[in-house]
Amino acid sequence: MSNKYLIFLGCAIPYRVSAYEISARKVLGKLGVELVEMPEFNCCGLPFNAVSYETMMILAAKNLALAEQLGLNILTLCPGCAGTLKKVNKILKADKAQREEINAHLKEAGLEFKGNIETKHLLQLLKEDVGVEKIKASVIKPLTNLKVAEHNGCHILRPKEYIGFDDPEDPQTLKMLIEATGATCLDYIDETECCGAPSVGVSDKVALALAKDKLSHIKQVEAQALITICPFCHIMYDTNELRIEKLFNETYGIPILHYPQLLGLAMGMCPEELAFSELRVNASNLLKQVNQGANKP
Amino acid sequence: MTEAASTPTQNREQPVKASELDPKFKYELQKIHGSEKILKCFQCGTCTSDCPVARFSDSYRPRTLIHMAQLGLKDRVLKSDTLWLCAACFTCTDRCPQDVEVAAVIRVFRNLAAEKGCFPQVFRDQASSLLESGYAYKIPELRIKKRESQGLPPLPKGNPENVKKTLKGVKFMERIQKPQGETASEQ
Repeated sequence: MSNKYLIFLGCAIPYRVSAYEISARKVLGKLGVELVEMPEFNCCGLPFNAVSYETMMILAAKNLALAEQLGLNILTLCPGCAGTLKKVNKILKADKAQREEINAHLKEAGLEFKGNIETKHLLQLLKEDVGVEKIKASVIKPLTNLKVAEHNGCHILRPKEYIGFDDPEDPQTLKMLIEATGATCLDYIDETECCGAPSVGVSDKVALALAKDKLSHIKQVEAQALITICPFCHIMYDTNELRIEKLFNETYGIPILHYPQLLGLAMGMCPEELAFSELRVNASNLLKQVNQGANKP
Repeated sequence: MTEAASTPTQNREQPVKASELDPKFKYELQKIHGSEKILKCFQCGTCTSDCPVARFSDSYRPRTLIHMAQLGLKDRVLKSDTLWLCAACFTCTDRCPQDVEVAAVIRVFRNLAAEKGCFPQVFRDQASSLLESGYAYKIPELRIKKRESQGLPPLPKGNPENVKKTLKGVKFMERIQKPQGETASEQ
């Protein structure tokens, strides 16, 4: 299998979640995954699904058609982009009538959807292409004294019909990848529940209540950090944790790490390389713990 | 921002007048991609009881919205502010014992509401960014410049002209520029 992927950044990551991109590129480089930049890009389409389904279909298909021209599979860091591109790819490959309809629109820009590439999210690539054994072998500084919790987010799991590489009710991939770093991944209540991010801007009250609920469950099991793989979930917890603490009169102090930041630490990279300074919730206690672990005989 | 003041709970509690029912609405929905299976819903309530938004919202109830649509309360459904609270987590879709694809049905309601100009401002902002840059957010210049110092490659170029060309046939620009409809206003 080719280890060369077209990296699809999406909009949220370059907008405000650069630590995820920086750490992912570092880690993938070390694992021998070659990344090619998209020559041209537009939004995957997901945000516009609510207003116009056809718009979402066209925007996604346009990106797929661009990738097809290069003959490369797409790697996304954002589960929203992954879910959308996977869904549209699957529908258009199977349904000739819809394919012809969408292609009539793409033709206006000289493009055509043919259906000969695939899309994977970082998590799926790490599981299926790199493999957990290779990840374990890359760990030189096992994070054995860390206990963390995971948050998959929705679009990497559901709808199962279109995503389908993990069990939406009891997902294992992220847990397995976290444990490959030597850290312990704790179970907690309602692990697969939504972070609330999509409701921001429509009702902040509901969105923050959802995030607060999850943070409380994570605090209950005394997790030292929460590990995410989605830019929106990360913004929801990291950017809003302080606000949630004030609003609900709670104290969490839980650092929110992008998975590649955690893996990077275990690979022996330093926090500066992995853009820890971009995190809003201070992770210095966690980093101290990591270093103490490393000094143990 | 607070949750919308006018809720479907209130809409639901108002007496139903026979004159406001559109008996053909459910058949119209059966023909739209995403809501084909709306008549299979037998109101078991799995969607609402498993909905994370419903747990924290006083008004968003997917089962109620589907019931209202089945009854033909078209205007009440499409003008309901709470339509826009769905977080598209797809829990309802995966767990519906009747395979109704509840989240897709909610999406169809939203699309029909948007046709009439009823949708929150946040979508207009994202659309204007898309049509200007190809990205759903206006990426600040500072961020773009900072990439170099962070050791990141330049961002791929958006091609808004091509985006506009491909979206001409679905009248996206017209829909986005429609004046704000009666409800779905931001609080």
